[in-house]
Amino acid sequence: MMVHASTSDSPIPERNPGMPLDLAWVRAVQANLSAIERRAATIPTRRSVKKDWQAAWLLRAITCIDLTTLSGDDTPGRVQRLCAKARNPVRGDLLEALGVADLGITTAAACVYHRYIETARRALEGSGVSVCAVSTGFPAGLNPFPQKIGEIKASVAAGAQEIDIVITRAHALTGDWQALYDEVCAYREACGDAHLKTILATGELATLRNVGRASLVCMMAGADFIKTSTGKESVNATLPVSLVMVRAIREYRERTGYTIGYKPAGGISSAKQTLAWLALMKDELGVPWTHGELFRFGASSLLGDIERQLEHHVTGRYSASFRHPMA
Amino acid sequence: MTRIREIFETMEYGPAPESPAPVITWLEGHDRTFGHYIGGEWRDPGDGERFPSVNPSNCQEIAQIAQGSAADVDAAVAAARAAFPAWRDLPGHARARYLYAIARQIQKHARFFAVLESHDNGKPIRESRDIDIPLVARHFYHHAGWAQLMKEQLPGQVPVGVVGQVIPWNFPLLMLAWKIAPALAMGNTVVLKPAELTSLTALAFAELCHEVGLPPGVVNIITGDGRTGAALTTHPDVDKVAFTGSTQVGRIIRNATAGSGKKLSLELGGKSPFIVFDDADLDSVVEGVVDAIWFNQGQVCCAGSRILVHEGIAARLITKLKARMETLRQGDPLDKAIDIGAIIDKNQLETISGLVDQGARDGATVWQPSWACPTEGYYYPPTLLTDVTPASTVCQVEIFGPVVTLITFRTPKEAVALANNTRYGLAASVWSENLNLALDVAPKIKAGTVWVNCTNMFDAASGFGGYRESGYGREGGLEGLWEYCKPGWLAEAKARAKAAPPAPAAAPVDESPSDDAHPFAGASRGIDRTPKMYIGGKQARPDAPYSIAIRSPKGEVVGEVGRGNRKDIRNAVEAAHAASWAKKTGHNRAQVLYYIAENLAPRAEEFAGRIQALTGVSRGEAEREVNATLELLFYYAAFADKWDGRVHHTPLRNVTLAMPEPIGVMAIVCPEGPPLLSFVATIAPALAMGNHVIAVPSERWPLMATDLYQVFDTSDLPGGAINIVTGHRDELAKVLAAHDDVDAIWYFGSAEGSAEVERLSTGNMKRTWVSDGLVRDWYVAEQGRGESFFRHATHIKNIWVPYGE
Repeated sequence: MMVHASTSDSPIPERNPGMPLDLAWVRAVQANLSAIERRAATIPTRRSVKKDWQAAWLLRAITCIDLTTLSGDDTPGRVQRLCAKARNPVRGDLLEALGVADLGITTAAACVYHRYIETARRALEGSGVSVCAVSTGFPAGLNPFPQKIGEIKASVAAGAQEIDIVITRAHALTGDWQALYDEVCAYREACGDAHLKTILATGELATLRNVGRASLVCMMAGADFIKTSTGKESVNATLPVSLVMVRAIREYRERTGYTIGYKPAGGISSAKQTLAWLALMKDELGVPWTHGELFRFGASSLLGDIERQLEHHVTGRYSASFRHPMA
Repeated sequence: MTRIREIFETMEYGPAPESPAPVITWLEGHDRTFGHYIGGEWRDPGDGERFPSVNPSNCQEIAQIAQGSAADVDAAVAAARAAFPAWRDLPGHARARYLYAIARQIQKHARFFAVLESHDNGKPIRESRDIDIPLVARHFYHHAGWAQLMKEQLPGQVPVGVVGQVIPWNFPLLMLAWKIAPALAMGNTVVLKPAELTSLTALAFAELCHEVGLPPGVVNIITGDGRTGAALTTHPDVDKVAFTGSTQVGRIIRNATAGSGKKLSLELGGKSPFIVFDDADLDSVVEGVVDAIWFNQGQVCCAGSRILVHEGIAARLITKLKARMETLRQGDPLDKAIDIGAIIDKNQLETISGLVDQGARDGATVWQPSWACPTEGYYYPPTLLTDVTPASTVCQVEIFGPVVTLITFRTPKEAVALANNTRYGLAASVWSENLNLALDVAPKIKAGTVWVNCTNMFDAASGFGGYRESGYGREGGLEGLWEYCKPGWLAEAKARAKAAPPAPAAAPVDESPSDDAHPFAGASRGIDRTPKMYIGGKQARPDAPYSIAIRSPKGEVVGEVGRGNRKDIRNAVEAAHAASWAKKTGHNRAQVLYYIAENLAPRAEEFAGRIQALTGVSRGEAEREVNATLELLFYYAAFADKWDGRVHHTPLRNVTLAMPEPIGVMAIVCPEGPPLLSFVATIAPALAMGNHVIAVPSERWPLMATDLYQVFDTSDLPGGAINIVTGHRDELAKVLAAHDDVDAIWYFGSAEGSAEVERLSTGNMKRTWVSDGLVRDWYVAEQGRGESFFRHATHIKNIWVPYGE
């Protein structure tokens, strides 16, 4: 199947409609762990971004953040504070000093549980920051299927523009790709116009081959983004896993013409890590995948480190976290 | 700050320079002028000549390097000779401490060495920092261990002496480490000459040796061009030469050192295949190609420069490769975000572009990424050549640049055939998710290293070296140590021979009436017997029917043998290639060797009688020889399935299998020792290891060998496993030494014959093992059997198999 629905020239790629499950393609996916680890190990060492470039890249990283709070003790007050930070992620004087005060830099989205969609929607009104809700029995995804569909619909109705679903890991672990495909197709349908991010929970899929195959099945089923983790697994976003997933995105685009986004989540807490991830996206997929339309960081504490690095860039002195407003 | 806004949109990479300041300070501290390091002192070149060292990334001169004269080489070799006895006699532990100190110092000054290397050589700082220098430190650590363990792990071995080492410009400090670490560990002293284009890290290393208090003269660094190298490699007081570089220069060195008795190891060129099967992880394959041919600008002897890809996936691979090539970054080697640096110099740059141009003229499609190379400095872009065939020049010659060719295959068998369709045999890379397939293919490829699903992996614990015209000897691992030691008895015998050269051995053949003068001298009483050549398991008449009479010590004719000529040799080599012996298991080979003993035993009396007739020894002595031969056959039968490989401890999640493989078709020019014993003592180890042999029996005792073929015939030895050509030893040895389809030659004969064999071996750079006129006592175990025979009858192939799911 060779449908070239979009090219790198078109600013807004056409949304992935999905395709029939192609099991031969899924089963042909290979992932050589050692080779992938070797490549992943050289991504941070082959690329170094310094000075103004580093400041610009870190600002770009901020615009890719899905600023997240997913805790049992979340309250409306906590969510409002998070949203305020999403609207104004960096101190105004620093943005002035960097010459980007007028760019309206915000995070890409705020990511919350269904219960706080309404709170977030109000807090983010007019900011351009999307409201993102985790769904389908996040994080384990083992709720009854009709409930999971209902949860998506309710979240969309409540104003979530982006839905992060979790797949049923059992389908991937047992190789029941048909079941995974059917599940994600149903989620996509329930999303309607809301964007669908499929969380693979890669830390629980055991092998990179499973990660590659699950990535492909989710894209075939109509995912807009594929995402690594809930942040609740013991192993979350890693560079080897990311390499497998972005290569799957590239392959899917080469064969179908459709463009899928990527979201690593969990464990990304330092500015330096974001530079490696952005370099990975740029080198493996291209510059469009360094922008929020096609790339997100799922993170809660990352922003704080980026702010400190930006202040260091402006003042030449190492910064402290208390100098930056908290979320 | 408008720049930040722009970058925020474009997400460009910016400059990320590693500062050369500490290196500049060091160079300035030396007034950018260097001498030789000889006997623990810095000396100006004897005749005052110097030449510039240039940074290839900007063509700027960075230092003046001393041109070593013959007198400088003499001084360095004399210093090494003077230091040798004390260094040799140090306990292994003391040598281990020095090597450990060197490793530590390398680590402590790692960044300095990395920056200096990139500044001088043009390789990206990412590689010198993350690959070259860490491997250097690792090599010294690993060999500190071998120094400690030598006495216990290499019993009976002694150092070779003064070693002359010449290294190339592509991995200057790493090649130095590969040469110096094992040499010092085994108790040798060293004179090393770095390549004239990249002398600086070797000179900095000399300073480091000085600082750790290495005794003067143990390491001497002498700089200069090929003239200095020639003076060093041919120096009469150098006991061993180790060279890494082009096959062309390796050939010159082999020729120049022929007959000198110098031990020689050569690590030469390559045109290594990179084989991609249709079930490989193609994205990882693409990164493998990056590591194979765009590592160090492709200036790597083992670079995977020939992609062989399954026809069905070739188009997809090419698409992916081109996309990846677009994202490679080429430029200032000291930039931390650069993948490809500068070519070493203008000559090399012109060689590369000349070969690519020729490829284009020959019909190749040349593809290079859309971005432009830097114009200042010597740069060549990554290049993919498609629409080429095995006949294309670019598929045959070593380009030594960032240029890769791509050819398709249909079946695994064809992949192996294409992989082996080269004069070289250094390395290969095999990509498949099917380990059954990968491990089937790996042993079939004629190369010293095979990387499965990886490429250009190196480690001190694993041997590295070639087959065919890629040279001989190994560097790294236990197998690399053999290049720097020798058996104690041999060292003593050599010393004795040097002190008092023996009178030429009595040659009874020459004393007997000349064959030509008495052509019918062989007509004998009884039924006339006609021993023939033994070729391909059949008795064969000589190509030209001439006979040689074999006489007893009293001058009586015992029998006649055919006088073989070059056509008999040609036939024997062809028969050897057609044989199936190498495919047999060790157990099968053992059975056949036992069976030979079994069939020889009932004929012991007959053979003893023949020995008596030929040599005039007592009955008891003759019986002793037959019994010793039977025992030796048992010995080699026993070892046929016991000369195991190793699994090296390389620091990765992988198994590195060091597998002994038969060399292939071996010529053995047999000694004039005890007739039966010394013949069997040379052919049996070669057969036990799975080689196919062309034996030239000694001129005095050919009847012993021809008697034996009847035993072979009845012992299930497959045709062609052993071939016997009788005749004049040195005449036949010359043909065998020069034969391009013979993989190795052993020569047990005169010093002159040894020299001739070494000289003539350069056609295909076959492995040689010669006696230099020294005589072995075939009854003494350490001389007449054992490890050296196995090592000279096998190659070590290292197969790297990373694993993990």
